[in-house]
Amino acid sequence: MALRVKALESLLVEKGLVDPAALDAIVDHFEHRVGPRNGARVVARAWTDPDFKARLMNDATSAISELGYSGGQGDHMVVVENTPGVHNLVVCTLCSCYPWPVLGLPPVWYKSAPYRSRAVIAPRGVIAEFGTKLPDDIEVRVWDSTAELRYLVLPERPVGTEGLSEDALAALVTRDGMIGTARL
Amino acid sequence: MNGVHDMGGMENLGQVAPEADEPVFHFAWEGRVHALSVASPTRRNIDEGRHQREKIPGPEYLAMSYYEKWFRGLSELLVAHGFVTPAELASGRAAPDAAKATPVLLALDVASRFARTGSYIREASPPLFAEGDAVCARDLNPSGHTRLPRYVRGRKGVIMSGRGAHVFPDSHAHGRGEDPWPLYTVRFAARDLWGEAANARDSVCLDLWEPYLEPA
Repeated sequence: MALRVKALESLLVEKGLVDPAALDAIVDHFEHRVGPRNGARVVARAWTDPDFKARLMNDATSAISELGYSGGQGDHMVVVENTPGVHNLVVCTLCSCYPWPVLGLPPVWYKSAPYRSRAVIAPRGVIAEFGTKLPDDIEVRVWDSTAELRYLVLPERPVGTEGLSEDALAALVTRDGMIGTARL
Repeated sequence: MNGVHDMGGMENLGQVAPEADEPVFHFAWEGRVHALSVASPTRRNIDEGRHQREKIPGPEYLAMSYYEKWFRGLSELLVAHGFVTPAELASGRAAPDAAKATPVLLALDVASRFARTGSYIREASPPLFAEGDAVCARDLNPSGHTRLPRYVRGRKGVIMSGRGAHVFPDSHAHGRGEDPWPLYTVRFAARDLWGEAANARDSVCLDLWEPYLEPA
């Protein structure tokens, strides 16, 4: 594959269709500028600032942009909140839709057939395989990203974290917690 | 299209296999494929790009890695739109008489491109359904692109939220314009999708365009 990709890149550069420096910048963007740390900052802010949380639940795209996170695959953000009675899980059964500005590019498992097929029919089983056995009396709500809305799970704030700073709280937030395959 | 990409609800496709400390790209070429796809003049139509990958024949689709599919889809779209010829693709060299284009995305514009939030919301007719309405997903089986998964077709759900009118992929993917229609988040009870074995509390929510729905 490496050679075939190199050949395509050379061809498109030779024809003036792509700027090779732009390709370097795009790779750098996804490797270093976006990722789940962005989403973790959104979650930590929501845990510590009730006004921000209210804005986040009302218009997530706008509230998230307050922290400097915006752009493609985050054009219409929706935040879904875990509570003691509801657990949310995000999937894209048809392809690989994922909120790039706040989580970066999705892990391989998120884009793969086993997750895409089973998350909607067996969400509790999938979550259990990630290490969390959900009680039967909690509602599991699966969000299948079939349009350009992109979903971010707002996990419950872990107990015993009352004294922690926003930075310390952000460090507790995991990517899987914001997809919903884990509870914090 | 009733393809293998529409896999919600299938079983026996393998175990979910999380990888510890997974890199963003496993090989340098994957990053280049992603970057080429983002920078490509074909990127303007996200629906067409998705459909191009869906059209990969099922047995190959299931056997290919994610970025192999992206590479295949990108290559085919570039040919379909005349940006490159099959001969150029095979040789990796531009034809001697090929015109020189100007890149649609320059390095100095990458940061602003990634910071810019777009919108798929357009003006359209007012929504037919309101929050709380009972609806049924139509049993549509189009030969082209659709974002109506098979597992909800013919099933009853309830409108959770209206989302405004959005670009309609079933038209946009096929060069028939943006054709905006009202979009709704629709909640289906898990038991109405999967039967009695599902937990009575559970649900699946999808974003569905008005032409996918009828009153229940």
